[in-house]
Amino acid sequence: MVTKPIKGEQRSFMTGNEVIAWAALAAGCEFMYGYPITPQNEIMHYWTRLAPKYERGFLQTEDEISAGFTTIGGVLAGKRVFTATAGPGNVLMQEAMAMAEMMRLPTVVVVTQRGGPSTATVIYSQQELNLTSFGGNGEGLRIVYSPASHDDLFSYTIKAFNSAWKYRFPTFVLGDGYQSKMRAPVTLYDPEERGLTMEPCYPMVGLPGLPGEEREPAHLRNTYNLEEELFAILSDSIKDYESMTPEVVEWEATAIDDAELLIIAHGIVSRAARAAVQVLREEGLKAGLFRPITLRPFPVAELRRLTGQARRLIVVESAYGQLEKMVKTALYGLKIPLRSYLRPGMGITPEEIVQFAKEL
Amino acid sequence: MAIEAQPQMPRVWRAETKPHKFCPGCGHGIILKALGEAIDALNIQQRAVFGCDIGCSLLAWDFFNLDTIQTHHGRTTPVLVGLKRARPELLAICYMGDGGAYAIGAQHLVSSVSRNDPVTIIVANNTQYAMTGGQMAPTTLPGQKTETSPYGRDVELTGRPMLGPELVATIAPSGAYVARGTVANVVQLKNFIQKGLSNQLKGRGISFIEVLSACPTNWHTNAAETWHFIEKEMSKFFPVGELRTPDGEQRQEVEHRGRQP
Repeated sequence: MVTKPIKGEQRSFMTGNEVIAWAALAAGCEFMYGYPITPQNEIMHYWTRLAPKYERGFLQTEDEISAGFTTIGGVLAGKRVFTATAGPGNVLMQEAMAMAEMMRLPTVVVVTQRGGPSTATVIYSQQELNLTSFGGNGEGLRIVYSPASHDDLFSYTIKAFNSAWKYRFPTFVLGDGYQSKMRAPVTLYDPEERGLTMEPCYPMVGLPGLPGEEREPAHLRNTYNLEEELFAILSDSIKDYESMTPEVVEWEATAIDDAELLIIAHGIVSRAARAAVQVLREEGLKAGLFRPITLRPFPVAELRRLTGQARRLIVVESAYGQLEKMVKTALYGLKIPLRSYLRPGMGITPEEIVQFAKEL
Repeated sequence: MAIEAQPQMPRVWRAETKPHKFCPGCGHGIILKALGEAIDALNIQQRAVFGCDIGCSLLAWDFFNLDTIQTHHGRTTPVLVGLKRARPELLAICYMGDGGAYAIGAQHLVSSVSRNDPVTIIVANNTQYAMTGGQMAPTTLPGQKTETSPYGRDVELTGRPMLGPELVATIAPSGAYVARGTVANVVQLKNFIQKGLSNQLKGRGISFIEVLSACPTNWHTNAAETWHFIEKEMSKFFPVGELRTPDGEQRQEVEHRGRQP
């Protein structure tokens, strides 16, 4: 039993990385595995300072491949565990996440996106959307949350553990370097005091009873001999994923009811877009915002419904069309003109969005 | 009567999955018998978790009446290390081939050894990648023909056979147990594996046992040639014995006959 770190509600002013460490503590996470990479490092820095005070563990691994696979080991042991990474580390992490996807292991990974491809920048981007959603040699059967504020970082890190253990798909909190490094107000809380029940964790190996005599041994595999065997396993997972989707999808709509110009943005860019919507409205343009919070599964039905009477769509992202591709897939068959403001690896201000919208 | 004539299976073997899936003449069955006997002798079936790699070792995923995790190529050690950190009361056994240990998983091996992770690593060394059809491995002998060294391993271009236990023995902190056994000496092999598992039970540190193993399928050898290759060819490069024993921390001098230029 782990000690509770937060009692009551605590207003704080801290960096996003610190928020994530506190969120994992508050969620009852027992172990973190990790390897240094910017801009994720301070999650480990805060965790390693706080963990011994609350009887939690930490292992610094030799690389992100190992961080991913040791995280899998912790999950198999039945513990609420997580890791955090970014950029090239996220690339290496994908091998383990493919195994988690195949074997339905509730891994939790916090991604703090940095510029790409390659080592690129340590600063910021939204370029790890494809990788985090569809990395690995599989179908992207994952849950990906895109937080936009420090309060989001706190609540969606807690939620990531619950979604992972409830649905048993690898779950990601897709943050970014700006959110990680920025200091902002946040309210920390104990989830159970807010009436949130943490999903129970349970071991998948090391079970009670003598295997083969008192119970069947757990024989967990990811290799299959026949196409039909694999197809049966994947069909079950896909069915679970699709039936989970209506329960899991989250989105946020702003000024959408009469919107003729609909802006679509996720993560921190959605904050710039919300400010842009306000300015555009003041200038007489009926603008609205749709912000997908889950990028996997994507809120397809909701976006199609809320697109409603929009006459124009704008996708805004700090990547070269990664969100745009998801939006186009979701809106297949609709004939609304779509233009995108794509700034790979660059921050985006409300002024830029306003100007782009007015030039359409 | 015929059944009685069969040698007895270790208690921890899973009878429903026998005969096993390995090729005739394969060394895995012998290693897993020695491991099974060691598990029986230590009475640790309840606590042991078995992890197998990718390569022929993956076929052991349902071999034992043990909770078993089939992992990825080279990644068995980190999975079991993560498990052991979270549940120290469990006994973690990592089973892999020489490719998984010394090539694709080498950084995990080196790092686990230097951290002295309390896990037991057993490596089947058959001098090549068997599951994928017999390619050159870090352990392939000089001049040995494989699918990717069809004219024989050229040491000038591709290096000499990697000495896994010697590497581990050099970098392991005190408390480590390191040995090299062979399927040609099952009594000794069982003893080495049992000592390795005991080392983990006692919480002393990492245990590492390499086993000289046979692959007649990819060696294209008959029974006599197979034994000749293990006992006469492999042993020239891979001396059998204990390299590190925590009792007294004495390093046994093992002859490095493969090291002349």
